[in-house]
Amino acid sequence: MTFSAPGAAAPQLNGQARPAPGPAADEGLARRLRALACTAPLHDLDARKANLAGEYGVYAMAEVALAVIDLVTLNMDFDTGADHEEIVAKVLPRVAAQAPDRPAAEHERVARWVLENLINVGSVDRGFRAVYGTFGTDGRYVRRDYDFKLIEEVPGAGGEVYLRATDEAVNVLVGALDTDVTSAQIAAEVKLEVLISRGRLADAQLAAEQARYRTVQYAETLRKTLEATRRNVRSVDWLRTVPDMINEALDHVADRYRHENAILTNIRKARDEAEAVDARTGEHKRRAAELVDIVKDCIRRHTQLQSRLLEAGPLFRAEQDRQAFAAPAARTGLDLYGQLVAPVLPLPVEQATRVTDAFFARGTGLRTPAAVRVADLVEVLLTPPAEREHLGAEMPEPDLVATPDDSRFSEAQLDAAMALLDLPADAPRRLSGLLAEARRTDPELPYLVALLAVHAASPPVGTAYRQGEQRLLFAVDDGTELTDPEFGGADLIVGTALLDAAGMAADRSEVA
Amino acid sequence: MTQYDAGEVPQPTPAPGTGEVAWGAPADAPRTAPAAPLPDAPGEQVRTPALTPADAADAARLVSYGLQPKLLPARDAGYADLLRRYRDEPAFARLADAVAGGLGLIVLEVSTRAGMAVTAAEDSVFAVRMGDYARRASADSADRFLHGLAHLAVAALAFPRPEDLADDGYIGRITVNGVDAFVRQACRRLEERAEQDGENTDPATGAPGLESAWRVYARRSATGATKDARRLAGSTTGIIAKAVAFLVDSGFLQRTGDDAGGAYRTTARYQLQVRDMAGSAAMAELLELGIVPVSDGSASLLPGEETDDLDLVAEAGLPFHSG
Repeated sequence: MTFSAPGAAAPQLNGQARPAPGPAADEGLARRLRALACTAPLHDLDARKANLAGEYGVYAMAEVALAVIDLVTLNMDFDTGADHEEIVAKVLPRVAAQAPDRPAAEHERVARWVLENLINVGSVDRGFRAVYGTFGTDGRYVRRDYDFKLIEEVPGAGGEVYLRATDEAVNVLVGALDTDVTSAQIAAEVKLEVLISRGRLADAQLAAEQARYRTVQYAETLRKTLEATRRNVRSVDWLRTVPDMINEALDHVADRYRHENAILTNIRKARDEAEAVDARTGEHKRRAAELVDIVKDCIRRHTQLQSRLLEAGPLFRAEQDRQAFAAPAARTGLDLYGQLVAPVLPLPVEQATRVTDAFFARGTGLRTPAAVRVADLVEVLLTPPAEREHLGAEMPEPDLVATPDDSRFSEAQLDAAMALLDLPADAPRRLSGLLAEARRTDPELPYLVALLAVHAASPPVGTAYRQGEQRLLFAVDDGTELTDPEFGGADLIVGTALLDAAGMAADRSEVA
Repeated sequence: MTQYDAGEVPQPTPAPGTGEVAWGAPADAPRTAPAAPLPDAPGEQVRTPALTPADAADAARLVSYGLQPKLLPARDAGYADLLRRYRDEPAFARLADAVAGGLGLIVLEVSTRAGMAVTAAEDSVFAVRMGDYARRASADSADRFLHGLAHLAVAALAFPRPEDLADDGYIGRITVNGVDAFVRQACRRLEERAEQDGENTDPATGAPGLESAWRVYARRSATGATKDARRLAGSTTGIIAKAVAFLVDSGFLQRTGDDAGGAYRTTARYQLQVRDMAGSAAMAELLELGIVPVSDGSASLLPGEETDDLDLVAEAGLPFHSG
């Protein structure tokens, strides 16, 4: 977009219009032009929808775009941003509502088209550029490029790509955010309290949402700075400034937390006290419930911020140990940041490139040039390109071998033994009797019975308690010696104990 | 091949106009001559054993080891033997230096930790050219700058303090996303300062060369989704990842993990290369532009003095001086 600036000059002095109104007046104009430019991509969507193959006139693209920016802003977390697919999925209901009789695939196409255009996928910078003109101090008219982004893609921890709404986008969305974050937030919260006390809940919700946008923005700023300070511990004043600052920030969080809790209590009261006698108060009640969710989200974000602040101290101390207490080097070297990076960045890119080129030429090391024989070259050129594997190597069919059943006792024997040991609670038996009975049915069975009985000497009480068992097999040694042809030891008394399952369950739930 | 004796070894000086060749150190960077475990030899040429073609072959083999920068002397007995020979036999050392010089190589250091650390002289066949490195870079001046800046930023973050660059034992650690965040932070500070000064940094249309360097970086997106889940080559993290991968191939970095876009640590060779070659070359270029960054040898990112008007980054959670 291009504007004829002289016509739009601010009224200045009396008499004839001066050719150059001066940089001061121009600055405000430039700011407004830039703000105006931020909305251009949204208008552009509606203008360009006619060029899409198909009948897309029914869709209000600017509305979808604003909804997308809204969603991205709200889904921006501390560490990551919003997920592509999540945003598309969340905006789909709105797109579908605009044209309910169209197929779902088309809705998704529209949603993706809007999102991609907000990122501006087609351009190498993935951003937008607007051209505007200003007068320089010497009265010369200069056209300038203004570059901005609405939604940017940022890398996540695991290499994924996330979306973040830029400051420009938040400005477009919420409007006139060109103010101090903290004070704007306080203002919004005061406004909210007043609104609630007057019962104007519709306005209150709007104000609460705005407060949340500002909370997100505030958290974002802090995250960036915390990350930056991780690099060189000497760059910060540990003695006074940092602790003061952290305390200040913690106070701030505590203050906001108290404030929002108060609001939460107020709204809850409004929600619970507003009796749903007619449709109007029912609506109030619903809005209050929504407000509770919004404020809860604000509180969650503040808590996140606070935990970050608390981590800052230990982090600095660890870095201090690593960096500051090492023995000083005998020589001093080149300060790569201070003497190269910092002076290069403010230079015009033409000059800066000379420096970076020099660094590149000497800093990349060497490459051994490949020497090619014609015979090899022919072979290389004629080899068909290897297909890229999308699915990875083919899985070999597993060769399953049936493992031989080498257990000593069969299932039938176990059942028989368990039946034998299924004793009534009031009639325990001696092991010798059990063994004799088992021997009558199966010569192998006594071994299994003996094994189970020995296990029962140390019954799994804890497990039974946790699982709420009703009965438990136990064995007690009363000193009688076992007389048996195959086994020796104590003639155990084997019995069943009944457990108070209901009581145990009650105990468990109390503990939990 | 004729036999050399120590007296008439050709000067292995790839860069014209440099003086005599120091031991195991490049001629044009004598200040950094490290305490390599080499005996002081040039003065005492007591015995001058005749060198045979076999010696020349060994010297050439040592240089060829040096041309494989990922090869570690500790892992290769043949390499270690030749290094020992370089250290113990001055005549052999001169021969190896001569071979390297003749091939257009500069010897940075010969030691057991770095091996035969050689690098390409400017016009050597081994030199890396920007056009071969990134095709877009030759056509687009912004891309050319970003690729160069990526290498500079990787080095700056790998050796954040002058002491780190000077300390032979120092191992720097970087991540791809960390480098990007570091440059972005620096750009943001410049942007905020320009804003404070009320300066309009938007470049004049049609004069892209006059745009401030930091703006070119700030404008480029950090990442981007692609169809096949690879990194977007034109994004800043894509450009840094390319630089880092290239440095790994040069034996300058070793990959240590996948977090934050890929984590790496530096090798002794990288420190030598940055300290003795790249840093001074870039400094010389900067001085030629009339910019004289003054340093007292301490890190430039320092806490502010009492009198300092606390040059803090606006809306920063923590005080971060712009040095």
